[in-house]
Amino acid sequence: MRQYLGLPRIESAGLDGWMVRLFDRIDEGNLAWLGALARRCEEEFGEALVDLVPSYTTLLVVFDPLRLAPATARLRLQSLLATLEPDEAVGTGEVHELPTWYDPSVGPDLERVARHAGMSVQAVIDCHAGRDYRVFALGFAPGFAFMGLLDERLEVPRLDTPRQKVPRGSVAITGRQTAAYPAVTPGGWNLLGRTAARLFDRDRDGFSLLRVGDRVRFVAVDRATFERQGGDATPMEALP
Amino acid sequence: MSQYTVIGLRVERAGPLALLQDAGRFGVRRLGVTQGGPADLHGWAWANRLAGNPWGTAALEITFGGLTLVAERDLTLAVAGADLGATLEGSPLPLWETVMVREGQRLTFGSPRHGLRAYLAVAGGFHAEPVLGSVSCVVREGLGGFDGRGSKLADGDRLAVRADAGRRVAKQEVPEGERPDYAEPATLALLPGAQVADFSGDSLFAAFNRPWRVDDRADRMGVRLTGPRLTCRIGSLISEGIGLGAVQVPPDGQPIALLNDRQTIGGYPRLGALTPLAASRLAQCLPGQALRLRPTTPERSLAALRRFRDAVAG
Repeated sequence: MRQYLGLPRIESAGLDGWMVRLFDRIDEGNLAWLGALARRCEEEFGEALVDLVPSYTTLLVVFDPLRLAPATARLRLQSLLATLEPDEAVGTGEVHELPTWYDPSVGPDLERVARHAGMSVQAVIDCHAGRDYRVFALGFAPGFAFMGLLDERLEVPRLDTPRQKVPRGSVAITGRQTAAYPAVTPGGWNLLGRTAARLFDRDRDGFSLLRVGDRVRFVAVDRATFERQGGDATPMEALP
Repeated sequence: MSQYTVIGLRVERAGPLALLQDAGRFGVRRLGVTQGGPADLHGWAWANRLAGNPWGTAALEITFGGLTLVAERDLTLAVAGADLGATLEGSPLPLWETVMVREGQRLTFGSPRHGLRAYLAVAGGFHAEPVLGSVSCVVREGLGGFDGRGSKLADGDRLAVRADAGRRVAKQEVPEGERPDYAEPATLALLPGAQVADFSGDSLFAAFNRPWRVDDRADRMGVRLTGPRLTCRIGSLISEGIGLGAVQVPPDGQPIALLNDRQTIGGYPRLGALTPLAASRLAQCLPGQALRLRPTTPERSLAALRRFRDAVAG
């Protein structure tokens, strides 16, 4: 990878980690480089590798400093970056369809988002479901995938006060990102609907339905389909 | 439960927070799954060593105390870390040394005297089915622990141990120099991070020269420190991976040191990262306790980690 405006850069992230900063802005094109870097780290750090945390523009490389001295790890990353080539085969390569029931009873922010965007509720649904998203990062909770980029017209800020409990499967947006909540957690994103897809399953090979780099498409379904797929249609306000 | 495991202890009273912890859950942070593991690696490692266990064996992390356990069989065990006023059949339980407990005996943890988290290891280790490669219990994620679902101990739980948990282990004591004095104000070694130069000069001076106080917003995710307001010219970053001990500074200028159950990624600028042993020491600080931050180098902190690991390995 060619040096340009000080990037890529290897930054201190504690005794057992180096933060490799490849880019300074969010772009789909980052994924092929970050994916390639993760693979090379797995190959070249071997047993000393403890964990990898990819995100939008960075890869945090966590290693065992007792097996591999931090300075040596840094040199290894430097030489690896010098010969890095992008790898388009990042993620599972699958296009995941997330069937989603968009409805104010399970998407209590749908109407407010529509007003904010100056669009009808149906237009908001068509717009959200109308494009493929890439998974940029997983975090916040197991299997919680940060996806983008959302149509600019749907850009709304986080809620001023996060909800204490967002139901499992809630499909949500904020800024130019979208996500689906794998489990009940607090959350400050704007809820549009609900999917019955199991996003995190400890019994599934790989555990998480979505991986960094994957493509995701939301598909609008009606309530009957959502329930047939195992979705819980309990309205937001009726939840304990 | 396999044929090699038996019930070793019954939970008569669970107290506020007792969790099973092995070394942690690794290789799955890219799925948004946190690290888990003992908040105080030092106390956890010594408890295991005293019980004759190899590195990584699952032990109980007992926070605040309030726990009463009854031995369902003869057990060899050890308690290290915080002094939570533990007693065995009403007599003070010696900490930092190997102890033999007889079937039917009652082990009670009171309340914090020095430190916050005690570690109880039994010979051979507690037994639970690993989830995503680890038995470490992360309540927020519903992963690990004795039931695999991230549950803390509850009244009436029966805890599985290896069948040979009553085997005799050469009695050991932790050398005096390896027993931290948790009553002393802690000095935490911090490796300055990539954004350190984005903090104001006054803030950097204050960070390393003024005392900090442990806030009551402190748990296994992170510990908030209150003190001088730190100003950074960066408000937020594009979210990126967060290492153990990272000290992030949100816009209110009050740092949060992130521990084992932290979120995997985040976007606040960071002063740096506590060393692994400094993060362990912080996990023993009670709300209201004073502490100081001291900058260190990778060489010094690696040497300290190596000394600790060599001492525990014996």
